[in-house]
Amino acid sequence: MQDIQAAFLAAFNLIVSLDADLFEIVGLSLTVTLSAVAISCLLGFPLGALLAISRFPGRGMIVVFISSLMGLPPVVVGLTVYLFLSSAGPLGSWQMLYTPTAMIIAQTLLVTPIVAALTRQIIEDLNGEYSELLRSMSARRRDILSTLLWDARYSLITASLAGMGRALAEVGAVMIVGGNINHVTRVMTTAIALETSKGELALALGLGIILVLLSISINAALMSLRTNMERFAYA
Amino acid sequence: MPEADIVQLHDGAEPNPARLIAKLENVVFAARSRKLVDGLTFSLRNNGITTIMGPNGAGKSLALRLLARLLLPMDGYVHECGLAARDIALVFQKPVMLRRSVKGNLIHALKLHGVNRRERPERLAELLRMADLEHLSSSPARLLSGGEQQRLALVRALAAQPRLLLLDEPTASLDPQATQAIEKLVMQASNNGTKIVLVTHDIGQARRLAFDVVFLHQGFAHEHSPAETFFTEPQSLEAMAYLKGELLV
Repeated sequence: MQDIQAAFLAAFNLIVSLDADLFEIVGLSLTVTLSAVAISCLLGFPLGALLAISRFPGRGMIVVFISSLMGLPPVVVGLTVYLFLSSAGPLGSWQMLYTPTAMIIAQTLLVTPIVAALTRQIIEDLNGEYSELLRSMSARRRDILSTLLWDARYSLITASLAGMGRALAEVGAVMIVGGNINHVTRVMTTAIALETSKGELALALGLGIILVLLSISINAALMSLRTNMERFAYA
Repeated sequence: MPEADIVQLHDGAEPNPARLIAKLENVVFAARSRKLVDGLTFSLRNNGITTIMGPNGAGKSLALRLLARLLLPMDGYVHECGLAARDIALVFQKPVMLRRSVKGNLIHALKLHGVNRRERPERLAELLRMADLEHLSSSPARLLSGGEQQRLALVRALAAQPRLLLLDEPTASLDPQATQAIEKLVMQASNNGTKIVLVTHDIGQARRLAFDVVFLHQGFAHEHSPAETFFTEPQSLEAMAYLKGELLV
């Protein structure tokens, strides 16, 4: 019990003293996660919206496929990206394995299906309301997509938050493609796993506390934005 | 003069030389194996407001959707004489407001209809003035009252400067004051040369606004007469019964 108390105290000290190693790891985690979520939103929003408003043979299968990708095991994604980026793989010459870029690629693959599947649902609901209006205004497909995406922007926060949650908490894929190299590819989750296995609970706890606080703060900020917009009937 | 330019409104009525703007000819539309309109035929001329009347389920809103090209007939024809899709605008009974401000809704419509950025402020101001919504221009459209939303929906439709404006019971759930404001806008648009087709259950409103009346019952046009004739000497038994307030089933 005393060990745990001492670990908490040491963790607290690391945080308040703005420990350089700790904040380097936090910085890299945020860079990787936010980059992956941003790319996933750029890909997932239009893909989900397009699926929501399109009707073509096989659409149902694609919708089911993308929804099922939401539960992709991170280690499988990590392994796949590893195989592509390893020196023997088709993209081996790019020399991206064990770099933050490889970690962003792996997280993007994990997060994009989540963003796309949730976007499809959100846009499909909104399209049910707007469809006749937009068609009666002779809106082209491109205009319909942009109108729906813009008007659903606050609801799409939920989709990006779900993606962010997945990316922030993810450990398996980034461990495989990043290698958890100190000062290069070590992020919060891989560092927590490593430090815990070494018995260095102070750094693991410090990172754990920051991870939880970050997750709560980002969620709270975005949800409060959404709630405010709901009050003004914009969401 | 070609045949299409002189169409009898109904047996015995004077031919009307106003320009033919649209025509439904033997239109059939069914849903779930039930024919909702069957052999629907009537013409629209650019000569004032046409009201479409009839009991619930008569096919009034469906006729508007066919004219607006939101639905395609399963049989028959919808002729729109020289009208492009962007020349036709539709206002729904329950206005659909974009999740934007009043101004945002109008700017969206102006953009869609290709009004260039420089002209937009002037057009926007004009539309806000028409709808008497200048003081609410920055308010969220979905928080307006029913009457304000319907005025906004109407001027948003007019932003496209349509040649044919289809109104689906735009005052169905409005109080007399809000109804009056909508009717004023409709009259204004009609006086400016826009052909208006108004679906209404309100006989008083039809009397106030209509130049001619199409009476539908069970998906079929039983009568198409000048308004005066329709209200004083309806030609069909169904229209007579409807005007007497009898229940048509």
